[in-house]
Amino acid sequence: MNLNLHLKVWRQASPNAKGSFQDIEARDIPDHASFLEMMDIVNERLIADGKEPVAFDHDCREGICGMCSMVINGRPHGPERATTTCQLHMRKFRNGDTIWIEPFRARAFPVMKDLMVDRSAFDRIMAAGGFVSVRTGAPQDANALPIGKEVADAAMDAAACIGCGACVASCKNASAMLFVSAKIGQLNALPQGQPEKHRRTLGMVRQMDKEGFGNCTNQYECEAACPKDVSRTWIASMNKDFAVASGREALLASARERSEGD
Amino acid sequence: MRFLSSSIGKKIVVALTGLVLVGFVFGHMIGHLLMFAGPAAYNEYAHFLHTVGHGMGIWVARSVVFGSIIVHVLFTIQLTKQNRAARAEPYGYQHTQVASKSSRVMIISGLTLLSFFIYHILHFTVRVWHGFNQLPLFDLAGEKVFDAYQMMIKGFSFPLVTGFYILSMVFLCSHLSHGVASIPQTLGLNTEASGKLFKKLGLAFAFLILAGFSVVPLAINMGLVK
Repeated sequence: MNLNLHLKVWRQASPNAKGSFQDIEARDIPDHASFLEMMDIVNERLIADGKEPVAFDHDCREGICGMCSMVINGRPHGPERATTTCQLHMRKFRNGDTIWIEPFRARAFPVMKDLMVDRSAFDRIMAAGGFVSVRTGAPQDANALPIGKEVADAAMDAAACIGCGACVASCKNASAMLFVSAKIGQLNALPQGQPEKHRRTLGMVRQMDKEGFGNCTNQYECEAACPKDVSRTWIASMNKDFAVASGREALLASARERSEGD
Repeated sequence: MRFLSSSIGKKIVVALTGLVLVGFVFGHMIGHLLMFAGPAAYNEYAHFLHTVGHGMGIWVARSVVFGSIIVHVLFTIQLTKQNRAARAEPYGYQHTQVASKSSRVMIISGLTLLSFFIYHILHFTVRVWHGFNQLPLFDLAGEKVFDAYQMMIKGFSFPLVTGFYILSMVFLCSHLSHGVASIPQTLGLNTEASGKLFKKLGLAFAFLILAGFSVVPLAINMGLVK
């Protein structure tokens, strides 16, 4: 079955241009098309009419890269739970529906064009500690480092985060704490992450604050919007890790001052 | 200090001061239920509060509660300002999936409670209206003490005042329904299971506080407590 839809699409020519919603009629859309394929069809028609196509981010189209980023009827990645926009299908909509399509909105994610936003703030947070430092050389045998199943499973759940930014987009405060806590938690849970645990936690949280994200108010809109079902409990773990790392840093600083005074 | 200028540091301070206030509110409510035990019990309790630790106890408690309120309010105002700035442009299509109404109006319920708190202090602690300080003293087993029981009866004899108090307690209930469950999450104590438990406990606590505080002024207004 094919659908006729009314789209209200955010159009913004450049980062500093004033944007507005454009009404676009999307006629004859196959219900087995993905949401991004529907956008492709709309764009092909715009191009055929000599108009500017809608700019939107996309890459793998199989739900693992985290590039697709639009907000559909007020929900990042649309109405399906734990589903990215690329894996959302038009059969979830009804003939005649009006669909609002907007970019992720956060001061830390400035709009570049139409539905594309600049998410490099996440890259800078990752660069501030979202890694494990290893010396080069042959990797050791995987079984040389025993890891309990519960820990391995938990770290895997956190590692499911694809860094798409839906948590920021859905949060009433545009907070990035679900993303940051998943990235911190994944490594802090594992033995490989222990040596840099405190430095990582402090570095990533401080970079997050510097980027201008909001603060978590424990409403859990992020968890509901997350295409990978990352749990709110990672935020609790991050809060604890940050308190411990801050206390440790303050103690070490005062100890250093005292030894320098001797 | 660097910890206090961070997002999580501020949140943790808000949670800790909130915990102090939750404890205070519960104790305060239990104390007021003594109105049902009669003038002697209530006035003895009030006298005890004013004399414990050679009269210093009440000032220690007041300092802790006042200090907690000031820090709680200042930090939440700062956090709320940052939150508003972080979403400069609103969505054209607004949608909320799971956030409760109470959780979205915390700053409004909180600041309303602050104004209620100031009124309440002027009403029953400083006693600027109704001449409460001129009330005849109560004879507590030979000792002349302030008649806090009569002050409560007179204070709640105006339906408008009672209405304002109960309305404020509805705001408190709303504030606690989100706030109590948020404390263990912010302090990093939550697991999947405890999060659900704390949500239920928080709601139960919020309604317990609403009921416990409303029943006294209502009973006085209906003439059940004289």
